[in-house]
Parts: sequence; C-alpha cells; structure tokens
Amino acid sequence: MPAVAETLDTVQSITQSGYKWGFETNIDMEIAPKGLSPDTIRMISEKKGEPSWMLDWRLKAYENWLTMEEPNWAKVGYPKIDYQDIHYYAAPKRPAPKSLDDVDPELLAMYEKLGIPLKERAILAGVQAEAEDDDRLSPPSGSNIAVDAVFDSVSVATTFREQLSKAGVIFCPISDAIREHPELVRKYIGSVIPAGDNYFSALNSAVFTDGSFVYIPKGVRCPMELSTYFRINARNTGQFERTLIIAEEGAYVSYLEGCTAPQRDENQLHAAVVELVAFDDAQIKYSTVQNWYPGDSEGRGGIYNFVTKRGACRGKRSKISWTQVETGSAITWKYPSCILQGDDSVGEFYSVAVTNNRQQADTGTKMIHIGKNTRSTIVSKGISAGRSDNTYRGLVRIMPKATGARNFTQCDSLLIGDQCGAHTVPYIESRNPSATIEHEATTSKIADDQLFYCRSRGLSEEDAVGLLVNGFCKDVLKELPMEFAVEAQKLLAVSLEGSVG
Amino acid sequence: MLRIHALCASVEEKPILRGIDLELPAGQVHAIMGPNGSGKSTLGYVLAGNDGYAVTGGEVTFDGQNLLEMEPEERAAAGLFLAFQAPLELPGVNNANFLRTALNAVRRARGEDELDAPSFLRLARSESKRLQFPDDMLKRNVNVGFSGGEKKRNEVLQMAILRPKLAVLDETDSGLDIDALRVVADGVNALRRPEFSALVITHHQRLLDHLVPDRVHVLSKGRIVRSGGPELARELEANGYSQVVADAA
Repeated sequence: MPAVAETLDTVQSITQSGYKWGFETNIDMEIAPKGLSPDTIRMISEKKGEPSWMLDWRLKAYENWLTMEEPNWAKVGYPKIDYQDIHYYAAPKRPAPKSLDDVDPELLAMYEKLGIPLKERAILAGVQAEAEDDDRLSPPSGSNIAVDAVFDSVSVATTFREQLSKAGVIFCPISDAIREHPELVRKYIGSVIPAGDNYFSALNSAVFTDGSFVYIPKGVRCPMELSTYFRINARNTGQFERTLIIAEEGAYVSYLEGCTAPQRDENQLHAAVVELVAFDDAQIKYSTVQNWYPGDSEGRGGIYNFVTKRGACRGKRSKISWTQVETGSAITWKYPSCILQGDDSVGEFYSVAVTNNRQQADTGTKMIHIGKNTRSTIVSKGISAGRSDNTYRGLVRIMPKATGARNFTQCDSLLIGDQCGAHTVPYIESRNPSATIEHEATTSKIADDQLFYCRSRGLSEEDAVGLLVNGFCKDVLKELPMEFAVEAQKLLAVSLEGSVG
Repeated sequence: MLRIHALCASVEEKPILRGIDLELPAGQVHAIMGPNGSGKSTLGYVLAGNDGYAVTGGEVTFDGQNLLEMEPEERAAAGLFLAFQAPLELPGVNNANFLRTALNAVRRARGEDELDAPSFLRLARSESKRLQFPDDMLKRNVNVGFSGGEKKRNEVLQMAILRPKLAVLDETDSGLDIDALRVVADGVNALRRPEFSALVITHHQRLLDHLVPDRVHVLSKGRIVRSGGPELARELEANGYSQVVADAA
C-alpha cells in the first residue's frame, strides 16, 4: 500500500488541537547577555574553543552586517526585530557528553516525546517498523539513520560516528569540525554563501553556534542517511545553525534535517545557513521537514525563519537535490538554490509549503546555470489555508556559456477556504539562446463537492483534507527518504487541522 | 429501514422538495422516477447530508436514527451510501487508498477491526474482478481521467466494498451502454439481502429490467405524485411522464 493510507491511519491518533509538540524542558542554560557586539562574538568563539582565524572571520562578517539593511522585498510582514534584544548564545550547563550514557536523561525523555529515538537500537527498530507497513517506499539498503542531535546550541549526542569514520565520512557538529578539521572548514566555509551574501547570512556568519559538518571523501557512498534534528528551546534565544556538506568526486550523501519547537509567546529569530559543495560525479540529497512553532491561530509567538541555503555543483555531472516540506514558522523566508557550475550538472528543488492561520511563507529557489548542458527541475506545491499567505519566488538564470541548459518548473498552488492567498513570482533570465526553459503553474481549490464526496464515503472532513493534500503533494513527497515521507505526511495533516469548516 | 415524512428542502432559498413521504422497508428496492428538475437528485443529496441543501421541514429516520441530525460521515458509517450522478475527481488520490481509508473509517465507526493492506487488496481485487473491472482501476487516481462509464462502475465498486444497508443510486445508469448497465444492476443485485435496501433514482425503464423494483414512485415538482408496482415504470415508459403527472394532478 502507498504510504498515504498508512499515514492517515496514524494521523487519526494525533488529531489534537493546537501545536502538538508545544512543551519545554527544564535544563539549566548558560546564556550570553542580550545583544550583539564584538564582545558577544568573542564570547561565542571562546566558548567554542575556536582558532583565531574563525574569530576573525566572524568579526569581519559582523562588520559587514552592520553596513547592511534587512531585506524587505519578500511578501511577508512582521514587527521590526530588535537585534539587541536577543541572546546569541545558550548552552546546557553540563559539558558536552562524550557518549549516550552521559546525555541528560531529561533530554533523552524529551526526544522520546518527540518520537526521535536517539538510541541506535530504537532507531533501527523504528525504521524497520515503518518499512513493514509500507511497500511503496522500499527501505534503503541498510536503513540506518545517524542522528546528530542539536539541543539549542550545543550538540548533545552523536551516534553512529564510528561506523561513519570507518568509511572515512566525517559527520560531526561544526564546532568540533572547526577544532578537529580546521583545514577543511577554512577552505569551504563561506565559499558558497559568502558572509556578506545577505543580511541574514552575515548575521549567521557572525554568531552561528552550531550545526553539522559532513565530509564525504572521494568515491565514498555514505553508508547511512544522515539526520539532524534541530530544536529551539531557550526563551528569547535566536538559533543560528551553520551546516556545511562537502561531497568529493564520486561521493554520495543523503542528509535529512527536521525541526520541532516548543510553544512560546515571544517571536523567535532563526537564521540558518546551509552550504553544499559537490565535485565531479558527486551527489548530495538534502531533505528538510520544517515544523517550527507557527504561532497561535492569530499568529502570535511563532518562529521567524530566515534561511540561506545554497549548493554549488562545482564538478562535472554533479547533482544537488533539495527537498523540503515546510509546515511551521510564523515567517518563512527561504530559497534553497543551486549553482550549476560543472558541465552536465543537475539541480533539483522539490518543495511543499503549507501555511495556515496567520502564517506567511515566501519560499522558492534559484537555479543558476553556468556550465554547459546543465539541467534543473523545480517542483513547488504551495498550500494555503486560514488567513495565510503563501508565495513561491523562484529564479532561473541561464548564463551566456550555459549552452544546452534546460529547466523545467512546475508550480502548483492549492487554496483551502477563501481568506488565504497564493502568489507565484517566477523570474526567468536567459542569456543563451540554446537554453530550454519550461514553466507550468496551476492554482486549484479543495472544492466543497470533493469534501462532501469523501465524507459521504465515511471520511471525516480532516481526513478528507489530509487525503487531498497528500495527493496534491505526492510528486514532492515521493522524493523524500522513506522515514521522512511518513513523518511529512503526518505533519501536513496536523498543520491543516481546523482549516476547513 | 428508511422512513421519510413530509420532507422539504431548498437550495439557495428556492424550495425543491415540497413534502416527500416515503417508506422503504428492509430488503426492498424502490425506484424514484420523474422528469428533469423534479427534485430526484436533491433527494439523494439531502439523504446523504450535503450541506448545500437546506432541510426546511420534515423528518427522516434511518434504521431508527434521526438521519437529518447526522454528519455525512456518520450516515456512511450507519450504512447509507449515495452513488453520485457525477462522481468527483480526486487528483493524486489513489483509488485503492481512498477505498481502504473509507472502508477502515467506516469499520472503525462501527467498532469493527480495520483491514490491513493485504486483506484489503484481496477484497478489492475480488470485488473488482466480480464486477469485471480491470485491475489497474484500483491503481489509478480516484475518477481522474475515467470515462463516464468507468466513473459509474467505480461507484458500484465503492458500494460493493463498503457494503451499505441502504444504497441510493442517483442515475447510475445514465450514459451507460447495455453491458455496463447490466454490470451496475448485477452489482446491486449481488448486495440484495433481507437487510439491504436500495433507492434507485432513474429516468429510464431499462435499468429496472435488470433491477426489478418492489415499488416505483413518481416525483414531480418536489412531491411524490404516484406510487405503484414495477408495472408503473413500464406505463411511464409507454405514456411519458406528462400523462402520469397530469393524471395524478
């Protein structure tokens, strides 16, 4: 059976109103004083035991940031952010544990509550249980997931590290990588997204506290899916992750990222940066399920999510694929992009963005074709409900030397109710006459008749919406690794609860 | 099984049903016939609970329960099934998934165990084989790209799988060739049991050749103007509605 029905069964067990995962845990935090200054940055760098070049890089980014203006071109509105009213560093008081035994039991209990089994055995058991239920998404060979869990700013546990290091793969918190693999970090950090690329990337470069580092050596196929769960848990603490993934010639890696966050009143700033580098024949598949707290039904208290994600296909025949399911955040500002430098390189962007209540999402991608015969595919599914606004903003740029470049874009919007908005803003620039660019867009509505038809067969209204929405998103969901496809379908249904009727 | 008393309903303030009285005992098949615009489809929608139709008076009891107070999905769980005249397309929703989700929702509501995927597929394949449907129909998206005949067959397949106590067939015969018509009639006949009833809304006598009704009711301007045995359908076919309606007036 395809996963949809399986999932809907599961979804029925989670039909609670409000944000399902709205809780906080009490672990003593060590918090930097509010505000951003060179001293804050020095403190962060010192806490992390960083070399001086890293501190210099941060300070330079900060100088850059001071000269920049917050962008205002996106179709989102929010009160002015006071950057001096934010804590830029928070860490659990205990020193970072060396093994799972050292992890705070309360933290492990929290992950249990979230359904994130940290223990290796639990992960394997969880994966196998899902695999039995589902034959559409066959389990990947050796369906292991390595989890690098981020709790606020410090990574608390890393599993599977040994097995990965046997394959020569480096997968660790970026702060460890800065200390242990400085030559790699120094070479690649900021090489795809320069510190001064935009306002939020500059801010992140100055104050990032954690995130993941992945290095796949030449010819290595990463033996497992890599997964990081990010979570915001300290009041008024902005979280600034920095992720860097490098796939050397012929390497392959699939990286999964997912977030849930506890309910709270204040708006929380989140500005992550993700950089990917793929060399000749390398492939990076980056999947995200984003479920930051979206705010209450009036939009109060949700996360502001300003993310810069970009991948460089530097090598010939390299491939970078972004898949995202965005259901959370009060504000989403996010354009995972591909720079297709290598000849015959391939960029893909598959996206589902759901907005409900007062949520605002302005998301899309940029495909920059530089090399010959480069190809890109964009499939974007936007779902708006409540009084939300959902904008697809995408750029396809064909540079003069990109002979034979091809792009296909499919942009679909689904409206639920009559008070929401869906907007499509495609930018297409072609400077090479041999390029082929296709753009298709549709807007549809879940019709009352369709809902009635489903209900007359015994489905509840919410199950019917879940079924129709999952059907609408099928083309994107099938791009997700199995573990995420199931989770994503749950999220879609949960985030649209109460959107009809 | 079904008792309709003085049922009145309107669409956008316009009265369509003006006092329907009808009693459908368990185990019987009744036909509703009548000219276009007489309120036949409205009756089907009102029974299934479409909130685009406002009930302005009267009562409907189904199996002893007050039907009009129930949500559409509760009516389905209680055993009511409406075969749509124009079945809806559900893009991206796999037919087998849809059927299994529906069946399990209904089973849950009835306090029965859900069917797992393999048992469901066995059931769906055997039903679809019995109705002479190609297997790939289960794999396609619900009614998307189906021909008119295929959509009607799909309604019959859903009915066969959901096993209702009361089936309301809204012009399930329209647009069907003779062979397809027989398939639809066979599908309903296969369900005939002492505890199963059907209300067959149709324009034409020919479905009733295969699906012989116990009673035939003629609907005109929102009222049942005449009722009789199967011979009434043949009389209508021979003389036309206008004669029968005029006689009744």
